[in-house]
Amino acid sequence: MAATTSGAGTGRRVAVTGIGVVCAIGKNRGEFQQALREGRCGIDGIASTANTDLRFRNGAQVKCFNAEDHFSLKQADMLDRFAQLAVVAAREAAAQSGIEWTDELRENAGIVTGSCIGGQSTENQGFYDVYKMGKTRVHPMTIPKTMANAGASAISLEFGITGPAFTISTACSSSAHAIGQAFAMVRSGMCDVVLTGGSEAPFSYGVLKAWEAMRVISPDACRPFSRDRNGMILGEGAAMLVVEPLDRALARGATPLAEIVGFGMSSDAHHVTQPSAEGAAKAIRMALRDAGIAPEQIGYVNAHGTGTTVNDPTETRALHLAFGAHATSLQISSTKAMHGHTLGAAGAIEGAATMLSLGGGILPPTIHFNERDPECDLDYIPNCAREAEVEFAISNSFAFGGLNAVLAFRRY
Amino acid sequence: MPDELTQRILRIIAETQRKDPSQVTIDSSFEELGIDSMDGVNIVFALENEFDINVPDEEVKNIRSVRDMVEGVRRLVELRGDQGETAPAAS
Repeated sequence: MAATTSGAGTGRRVAVTGIGVVCAIGKNRGEFQQALREGRCGIDGIASTANTDLRFRNGAQVKCFNAEDHFSLKQADMLDRFAQLAVVAAREAAAQSGIEWTDELRENAGIVTGSCIGGQSTENQGFYDVYKMGKTRVHPMTIPKTMANAGASAISLEFGITGPAFTISTACSSSAHAIGQAFAMVRSGMCDVVLTGGSEAPFSYGVLKAWEAMRVISPDACRPFSRDRNGMILGEGAAMLVVEPLDRALARGATPLAEIVGFGMSSDAHHVTQPSAEGAAKAIRMALRDAGIAPEQIGYVNAHGTGTTVNDPTETRALHLAFGAHATSLQISSTKAMHGHTLGAAGAIEGAATMLSLGGGILPPTIHFNERDPECDLDYIPNCAREAEVEFAISNSFAFGGLNAVLAFRRY
Repeated sequence: MPDELTQRILRIIAETQRKDPSQVTIDSSFEELGIDSMDGVNIVFALENEFDINVPDEEVKNIRSVRDMVEGVRRLVELRGDQGETAPAAS
């Protein structure tokens, strides 16, 4: 079968041997997987905005995350929350992979992270100080804490990794693009291991006001593909993966959790905020072609599924375009209803959800699904998780700016 | 001749869309003016600033035409005026 060779027959097979997650429904991988199975919602009132004029009140925040539990006070001072989350997830992924950091491996290891807004909460504070409080100086760490690559740099320092390290910022596709790059770097032989994923921490007042102005945030809940959906819910969190050649993982006695088998990307050239079904379908087709698999082999789709009026029917049309008659046989869910839209971390958190679901044989539900929409006419695994043996799955990420990234995974 | 409020709204729509004011009338369709959903959000933002009003998200979703915008703003401006008269003085 063509699917046994990754990269359409070129390069090495690529395994994921470690997954780390911290988000609204779990402060580690195990809690996250359990919450996905239970269909647990991590969305509630945003604590820091209780007394503000924001039109929305709810978000998917990481609860009980205290920097001092994970970092020395000095370290914590140097990192914005988004970078702290990245490091914590990377530690969990590296620990699960059982990788041994020799000098040689550190030289051949890479890091590719994704983040949409980087440390804007830190930047917000600095700007508040000078614009509002009339202070004459901002904190000297404002620039290094705000830079989008702060997470990648912190991971490099953490593990002593000296190979290629960089960050991709493509709005809500950031970490899907990042994982796609890591996949390519391992498949081609450029790196022996890559730590990859994404993180985001958008819960500061200025950032929330900007999202309010877009008028795409739900005042209450995220209800993807349900007729009564009324917008997205912002979330924070991180997911990191250890990605390495399958043969190398097996040789060192590691347990592959899943394979990354394909990656597709496209740009809509259509509109800065309105998605295009054709652009999304192109990225899906490209991921399948890259994986060397037929549309009929895909059993599960972790949808972008934001819960906005426009995204969900457009994504549904894209699935029809890319899968044809097989679209009605797909099992689809958007886990954003549980962990919120984590922006630049979304591709990584949802990629992790996809792999954990393939491995565990239980597909996560789309919770808060109340009513069928004639424009969303597929199987969205409404409200209850489903036992299913699925070999291949894709995870969709579609960004503002029309930039699409689709990852294809295989159960190992 | 449209009343003053209507003229102000038409002027703001024209400014936001970077169009000549003569091109925007109360009967203009969004299609004629090339207004898409993001443009609509931008125009509502400008109208909120101009008239010191807040337009709820749900109302924005229902705006389909220039006339909808004019009527919606007029309603909110009148509501604001009423509240101004009846609101208790700040203590």
